[in-house]
Amino acid sequence: MENTKLTAKDFASTLPVKWCPGCGDFAILNQIQKVMAGMGLPHEKYAVVSGIGCSSRFPYYVNTYGFHSIHGRACAVASGVKLSNPELAVWVVTGDGDGLSIGGNHMLHSIRRNIGLKIVLFNNRIYAMTKGQASPTTLQGSKTKSTPMGVIDYPFNPARFATGLDCTFVARGIDTDVAGTTAILERAARHSGTAFVEVLQKCIPFTDKEFDVLKDPEKKQDLLIKVEHGKPLVFGKNRDKGIAIRNFRPEVIEFRSGSVPDEAAVYDETNPDMAYLVSGFEGPDFPLPIGVLRAVEKPSYEQLYYEQVAAIGDTRENELETLLSGPDAWEIK
Amino acid sequence: MNKSPSRKQVKVNELDSITIRFAGDSGDGIQLVGSQFANATAIAGNDLSTLPDYPAEVRAPAGSLGGVSGFQLSFGDESVMTPGVKPNVLIVMNPAALAMNIKNLDKGSVIIANSDAFNAAALEKAGYASNPLEDGSLSNYRVLPVPVNTLTENTLKDSGLTKSQILKCKNFYMLGIMYWMYGLPVEPTSNWIKTKFKKSPELVKANQLVLAAGYAYSEATEMFDARFQVKKSPVAPGKYRNLTGNEAAAYALITAAKLLKRKLFYGSYPITPATEILQTLAKHKANDVVIFQAEDEIAAVCASIGAAFAGCLAATGTSGPGLSLKIEALGLAVITELPLVIVDVQRGGPSTGLPTKTEQSDLLQAVYGRHGESPLVVIAAASPADCFAATLEASRIAVKYMTPVIVLSNAYLSNGSEPFRIPKLRELPKFDLPPLPPPDQFKPYARNPETLVRPWAYVGQKGYEHRVGGLEKADGTGNVSHDPENHEKLSKIRAEKVAGVAVEIPPTKVYGSDQGELLVLGWGSTFGAITQAVNEARKTGLPVSSAHIRFMNPLPPDLGTVMRRFRKVLVPEENFGQFRMMLRAAYGIEPAGLNKVQGQALNSEEVLARIKEILRGH
Repeated sequence: MENTKLTAKDFASTLPVKWCPGCGDFAILNQIQKVMAGMGLPHEKYAVVSGIGCSSRFPYYVNTYGFHSIHGRACAVASGVKLSNPELAVWVVTGDGDGLSIGGNHMLHSIRRNIGLKIVLFNNRIYAMTKGQASPTTLQGSKTKSTPMGVIDYPFNPARFATGLDCTFVARGIDTDVAGTTAILERAARHSGTAFVEVLQKCIPFTDKEFDVLKDPEKKQDLLIKVEHGKPLVFGKNRDKGIAIRNFRPEVIEFRSGSVPDEAAVYDETNPDMAYLVSGFEGPDFPLPIGVLRAVEKPSYEQLYYEQVAAIGDTRENELETLLSGPDAWEIK
Repeated sequence: MNKSPSRKQVKVNELDSITIRFAGDSGDGIQLVGSQFANATAIAGNDLSTLPDYPAEVRAPAGSLGGVSGFQLSFGDESVMTPGVKPNVLIVMNPAALAMNIKNLDKGSVIIANSDAFNAAALEKAGYASNPLEDGSLSNYRVLPVPVNTLTENTLKDSGLTKSQILKCKNFYMLGIMYWMYGLPVEPTSNWIKTKFKKSPELVKANQLVLAAGYAYSEATEMFDARFQVKKSPVAPGKYRNLTGNEAAAYALITAAKLLKRKLFYGSYPITPATEILQTLAKHKANDVVIFQAEDEIAAVCASIGAAFAGCLAATGTSGPGLSLKIEALGLAVITELPLVIVDVQRGGPSTGLPTKTEQSDLLQAVYGRHGESPLVVIAAASPADCFAATLEASRIAVKYMTPVIVLSNAYLSNGSEPFRIPKLRELPKFDLPPLPPPDQFKPYARNPETLVRPWAYVGQKGYEHRVGGLEKADGTGNVSHDPENHEKLSKIRAEKVAGVAVEIPPTKVYGSDQGELLVLGWGSTFGAITQAVNEARKTGLPVSSAHIRFMNPLPPDLGTVMRRFRKVLVPEENFGQFRMMLRAAYGIEPAGLNKVQGQALNSEEVLARIKEILRGH
């Protein structure tokens, strides 16, 4: 890795950013530019690959190599880039429709392979670019242009989807939580296998109020739980609530602020069952978890691939003629 | 049964060429025996052409008609261009194999049958009421029954192998017989057995023994009263190897990447009959060959497009249904102007159609089957070994013109094989890329004014960071542009760039006289059948010539002139007239057609019959 001192500004392209004023994408863009600058890797070693949707405009605004591909296929294109040259840092920017509907198959197989992609899924729970149809994360009952009587589909929980696939790094952040989400993205950037980061992000025209409650300083601490490895699962404005696991089921327990009982579960990001359990939390019964839900080390696809190549050793096929002759050529004189 | 001992001397007949078909249960090792026999004929200096023909099911019920697997080959002198129409010799390992193949046999042909397999149960499964080897129904053929099971068991009675292990060796007994009959060397197969079974020395010994026993049996028995020597082909000196079309395409991709001095990236999803390209490349991972077995056809092509952006020689392979799935991504490759090679091994369609059988029915899909104004280059391979040249040329064009190029092969070429002369490095085309301008002058969509080609800067190159994508690009900067005039201008540039590839096309070669009554105009896999038919027609004095097209898009610039020198043009193809439609559109002419959509290759007899028909004025 070259030692290059760069700032977030160095990673901003000169193109005008064309998102709606107030869109959550701006915040995520700034965070990612900052994280990239801090990695000590020069611009040319980055590739940002996206699919189609508002979030997928992202590559145009980052001063690195970028590929705005086709709907749903960002993970596939990015896999080709990464496997071709494993030294590159390859980021995938996608949305709830792009990554989990039309691109669901590529998403789940990328995670299965543990290929070194940093996947950031902007979840605004709507198809925004096509102007307001239900997406795979739109909550049941939501009235959208394609569901005037309310959504009947059961929604995906993206972080739980990834956890359920044993993704080696899964996290959830909120666009406006600059410090928290930046910290998540930094860890994702340093992860060697597939990193899956869901960022909850509001869409001004269509889901403007979607996450407001989670951002309300009065309420958010009772509605969110920040998971941290090695720390007890505690939440609430007064830090007087926690999660205990009784009979294999999670329960919210209450206690006096400052005296966390032993019963409160201590979060372990390397425990797949805990990650699956906690990533499924949602209101009204449970607080919504944010933070790093899972982080484990497992050899990446590209590492295994090039280890196999190295293990084959010299086949003396570098000479084209040797290669083409194979074992059973004959000579005619 | 023809068991009466004959006292005739063994005579050696010399033939120009001969067609042999091995047939048996798909579990009988027919493909193995066929390809070994093909190698032996090649090593003996024959020209040859092979066609495996296997059922779509992996293992249909043993002894059933649906489970018959076949392997046909022609070998002999340089006149061999196809695997032959009807076999002169049919080798059947069971009654079902006889039932399936007898209708394609001329009277007087030789049938060699494993008589042990003609038992009551097997006869019933094949639909025979009585044993055709004994009931006289084959009296118009020369039948040579050989109790192969018994002979194999006798040979291996002291081997310590189980009965089922012993019977698995029986195909080598039959192969030994065939080697004797055609005076072919046993050693290459004997050596092959040594490598193949190197983990079980007892199987090496058993199979070698059985092979030698089959050969010795034929020499000793007086049943075979004729031995054949097939004329050798006066081939150019050099190193040769027998390659199938799929292997040839795979080796061409590796060769192209080496000439370009970049990694090869091959993204693919298993699909019949293209899978062997992936499998062949998978053996060469150490050789800067990156293979990616993707989750689906779409991921395969998209990963390859990503790899092209990362500087690899990128390719993908598929068959018709897979090409349909990849087509959206081909639009992306067209607009991003990234080099990409797509090998389409055509099969019988639509849908799953006849997945193991051949056709030429993806031509229009390849040339026109995309959304938007989306031109790309299409090149068709003419023979199994030509899959090498065609794929190499496709790779060179893809890189030189920054465009996707589709190579049209098909099941006939991909599974068929013929000797391939291994080229010397100096005989191969150059893959020079123009140097990039200095970073401060670099614009991703600035073009070479002559070829209209944009520069290929790839991820990792310092100072050339840029963005590409599916949205329309402003000329020069490559920034997103919704400007109406720019879109039309860029659409025209992309079309002109692909049309400009025509300068790479050599003059169309006309076989026979370059003007006259009838031109047989072919493309792709019909090359052998057409050439053989025109050859025969000309021998009898018929005024017919032929030409074969490799570039399907753009078409050769001289094609109109060439066609207009003939009163009539005949286009044989394995579809309902797709190339004829293109010719009508491009030249306003109305060629005659010969069309076959049966999952079977057009053969020279069919082409010859149509030539005669047209010359008679039909």
